[in-house]
Amino acid sequence: MITIDNVHYSYASNIEALKGVSLTINDGDFIAIMGQNGAGKTTFIKHFNGLLKPTSGTVHVNGIETTKTSVATLAKNVGFVFQNPDNQLFSETVEDEIAFALKNFKYDKKTIEEQVTWALDFFSLTQYRKTSPFLLSGGERKRVALASVLAWNPDALVLDEPTIGQDHEQKEKLRQFIIQLHAKKKTVIMVTHDVEFVAECNPRVILMRDGKIIADGIAKNILTNPTLLEESSIVLPQIAQIFTKLYPLGLPTDIIDITEAETILLAANAKKQEQLT
Amino acid sequence: MSVFDGLKFRKVSSPIHNLDPRIKFIYVIAIFISAILFSQILPLAILFLMQLPFVFLAGVQKQWVKSLRGAAFLATFIFVINIVTKFFYNNWTIQFSDIEIALSMTMRFVVLVESFSVFFLTTSPDYLGLALEQSRMPYEFAFAFTTAVRFVPVLAEEAQTIMDAQKARGLELEKGNLLKRIRNYIPILVPLIVSAIRRSLELAEAMESRAWGAVKKRTNLYLLKLHKGDYILISITAIILITTLYLRFFVTIPSITYYINLISNFFS
Ligand SMILES: Nc1ncnc2c1ncn2[C@@H]1O[C@H](COP(=O)(O)OP(=O)(O)OP(=O)(O)O)[C@@H](O)[C@H]1O
Ligand SMILES: [Mg+2]
Repeated sequence: MITIDNVHYSYASNIEALKGVSLTINDGDFIAIMGQNGAGKTTFIKHFNGLLKPTSGTVHVNGIETTKTSVATLAKNVGFVFQNPDNQLFSETVEDEIAFALKNFKYDKKTIEEQVTWALDFFSLTQYRKTSPFLLSGGERKRVALASVLAWNPDALVLDEPTIGQDHEQKEKLRQFIIQLHAKKKTVIMVTHDVEFVAECNPRVILMRDGKIIADGIAKNILTNPTLLEESSIVLPQIAQIFTKLYPLGLPTDIIDITEAETILLAANAKKQEQLT
Repeated sequence: MSVFDGLKFRKVSSPIHNLDPRIKFIYVIAIFISAILFSQILPLAILFLMQLPFVFLAGVQKQWVKSLRGAAFLATFIFVINIVTKFFYNNWTIQFSDIEIALSMTMRFVVLVESFSVFFLTTSPDYLGLALEQSRMPYEFAFAFTTAVRFVPVLAEEAQTIMDAQKARGLELEKGNLLKRIRNYIPILVPLIVSAIRRSLELAEAMESRAWGAVKKRTNLYLLKLHKGDYILISITAIILITTLYLRFFVTIPSITYYINLISNFFS
């Protein structure tokens, strides 16, 4: 459980990036944090594993205040994947890159071997096992970064823009994986601008703006609220846009799920047919 | 990354900021030469104090103190190494004059850091490039130099992000013996160097696709011209150099140890 209480954070240059944020993240929560560029999302999530310590206010991870322990200790519970994979890749092979954290956490050889093989396989990287990560494409490097964190199986996972540069198949895999993690009662927190991805994942959505949380609720409510989204420079998911336009037909407007949309449209159509006959 | 903060230029207007960078550079070189020529604490201390009016006129006290704080580690290192080597050389004894020499060496380093810090704090990279160009340096070199200077703070920021990313994967920088600690920096340095190279290649591509170097002969919108302040500074520089040479070669500079001996002899 992560408890954030009235956190303010200023960078050295006196820019207040967080202006009093409070939030409770329970074990097993699945959260998407959204908001315009510079809203403070990255600054906020860096508090979850102690990379940043609040200027005022407190952050507790599993009851431990983040100022009282090291990042390495917190990292074992809270895995963090950065926006830019090039900020972490350094090993000679993809395999070593994935094993790096496992070695830092002093896992035994056998576990390391198993976990690395599993992560390589899961992220379709097995063919690159012995390749230098620097020779991979942008999307592949991002996957190596993801694999290198997921390999140690942390209780909570924080992802900064995980879908950047991923093709549809990899995005879908990522979604499946996040859902699997969620089913295993792991906490997943992701920052993203990809509104369609969020609509498909259906998490709890938190909107940030100017260093504050301006909305917190289920995806269905937040992603179909045009005024709220406009404030955060987000467009409605396409399905919600269609249903907003279809409002005059008497259909509901808070729809973001494709199967639900299909059911409603088919039902409406059937009703119409019935009326015609 | 406080060392880099001490070199970061901020755009403000002050008599020092408005000086011609070429003259300022000559001044810094003059201080540099003087600091190398003197090895006694007294003249070095005077050189140190002589920079203070510049710092205050430019209003960069805060950043200047930061850069000195950043240099404190190396300064301490220089002091300790000097003392320790003397200590071994003189069969495990230490004299007051040895401490004085160690102090002078440290002071010399501090003076160098101080004068360069004032120079970089008060000179915009743009003017620096302009100065290089007007000193007949080929534009390619001038550009490379200004770009390098401009990217120092960017790299410092990047180093911080990389450290964060590796700490998040359980890296503990401050753990282990000396060798282990040095090895801990590999996961920081490799991504930093790789991304610097990648960035430079990308920058080159982006520049070429925007027709960099299409025109062989460039003209500048701004031209550097010497003003009153610049002539004053060049005079000060000349005076410093002449005084230094005179003092260094025609006057024996007394050391503090000399005075201490004098005083103790007087009382005994
Ligand atoms: N290292 C830093 N030093 C100074 N200011 C910073 C630093 N990092 C971020 N900021 C500032 O803090 C504010 C919040 O930045 P942050 O990176 O948290 O935004 P974000 O919501 O993640 O944006 P994006 O969607 O672009 O990733 C911005 O105004 C930014 O300029
Ligand atoms: Mg961000």
